[in-house]
Amino acid sequence: MLEVTGLHVAYGGIQAVRSITFHVNEGEMVALIGANGAGKTSTLKAIARVIDAVGGDVHFCGEDITRIPPHHVIRKGIALVPEGRGVFPRLTVAENLAMGAFLRHDKAEMAADLDKIYGYFPRLKERAAQLAGTLSGGEQQMLAIGRALMSRPKMLLLDEPSMGLAPIMVQKIFEVVRAVAAEGMTTLLIEQNAKLALEVSQRGYVMESGEITLTGESASLLNDPKVRAAYLGE
Amino acid sequence: MDIFFQQVINGLVQGSIYALVALGYTMVYGIMGLINFAHGEVVMIGTLVAIAVTSSLIGAGVPVAVAGLGGLAAALLVCMALGWSLERVAYRPLRGSPRLTPLITAIGMSIILQNLAMIIWGRNYLTFPPLLPKINYEFAGAHFTLVQVAIVLISAAAMSGLVFLVYRTRLGMAMRATAQNPAVASLMGVNINRVIAAAFVVGSALAAVAGVMVGSYYEIAHYQMGFMLGLKAFTAAVLGGIGNLAGAMAGGVLLGLIEALGAGYIGDLSGGFLGSHYQDIFAFIVLIVVLMFKPSGLFGEKTGERA
Repeated sequence: MLEVTGLHVAYGGIQAVRSITFHVNEGEMVALIGANGAGKTSTLKAIARVIDAVGGDVHFCGEDITRIPPHHVIRKGIALVPEGRGVFPRLTVAENLAMGAFLRHDKAEMAADLDKIYGYFPRLKERAAQLAGTLSGGEQQMLAIGRALMSRPKMLLLDEPSMGLAPIMVQKIFEVVRAVAAEGMTTLLIEQNAKLALEVSQRGYVMESGEITLTGESASLLNDPKVRAAYLGE
Repeated sequence: MDIFFQQVINGLVQGSIYALVALGYTMVYGIMGLINFAHGEVVMIGTLVAIAVTSSLIGAGVPVAVAGLGGLAAALLVCMALGWSLERVAYRPLRGSPRLTPLITAIGMSIILQNLAMIIWGRNYLTFPPLLPKINYEFAGAHFTLVQVAIVLISAAAMSGLVFLVYRTRLGMAMRATAQNPAVASLMGVNINRVIAAAFVVGSALAAVAGVMVGSYYEIAHYQMGFMLGLKAFTAAVLGGIGNLAGAMAGGVLLGLIEALGAGYIGDLSGGFLGSHYQDIFAFIVLIVVLMFKPSGLFGEKTGERA
């Protein structure tokens, strides 16, 4: 479904991503793990067109999306939940969710999706009229995921959903991530918490200094001595 | 006490005009962090276009009311096109460049527009044809005219329209989202370029309305009139907290009141040394005081690191 070939990202001469190739199949959850600064976020940003790729290409559902305008990405069915959540702080929770459905006009279906998201995260429903900036970090993460789902995407890109959150919150968020994936959502997950990411995903890629150094079934990566040593703290 | 009410009325009228113009500054600043110093010139172009169209329609025998509406419509069209072009030609190519660059460009556009207006309309003062009958009212010893009433009502209507647009429509939500986080708004499918252009067009429409009001209030217009008006409206926007819509409205009205009361009492305060023609100093005293003690303005949001 998503095919990334020879992707290259650089910031003013600094190579963040060096020609990486990977793919995500339909209905699959794939984890991209690696240390801070390995190039994971840059990879995601280049796929979602937040930044320009220097080289390589990105195909989604067979279509080349490497150079499409940034605001067309969501139209293709890709929703990014950005690092640091990126909620609109002075819009209400309900307005943030409405922004996720910005391009949709199917009112009845949107209402159904909203109910579903409030079902995943009852906290958001309680706080629907509150400004998003007043939410806790975990609630903002819920909102960011809910907002992405409101676009009814074909694929979710999750950038560090566990970052800075209390363990109980991480657990809640990942319950929903699992539930959404179980319904067949294609997902690319980026995490520093490698254990968590490999537990929920089917396949994984390990990134180091902008390159993919290891790939395989998540279960076998979890047992790989190199992964255990470098990312699982053993 | 005798002139107090009178000056409050004068201040409200002038203040509603400042508020409309201040909204244009604050919308553009809120969305892209740019102070569009050419905005005062958009008002001036609005006034001069309205004069040209209204006068020639009246000359052709069209009833005054219809001619006035024709002038307003023409001013709206020209100003909106001008606002759109300013963004497209002058500011969009500079997006992402250091903050000083678009600021200098804005001053440059302001000079260009003044000179353009001078070439088209000449250096002389032009008279604005009276659009409304000269009816006077009296209340608590203060006098006011139909034009003054109309200015306050039309400003209030225009501002209500803007509030509706920004808080109740899809475009308004996209504008607010873009102001808060353009990169994420783009992820949601918002075409940032279109939203920024819309902010310029809407701000310019308000400028056109203000231009017609200024013209019919003072019944006189000039190619340099936008400079001082723009500077004062900018002061009003800063006073209210630039980037904040409610702030621009409150700041505009407040500045109008400060100026009018200041002009009314400056003679008494200075023992007759300064006359009411010193009223302009009040706006700039306000600007200096606000920048010194509360740079985020009355309704201040955290704009410190962006300003």
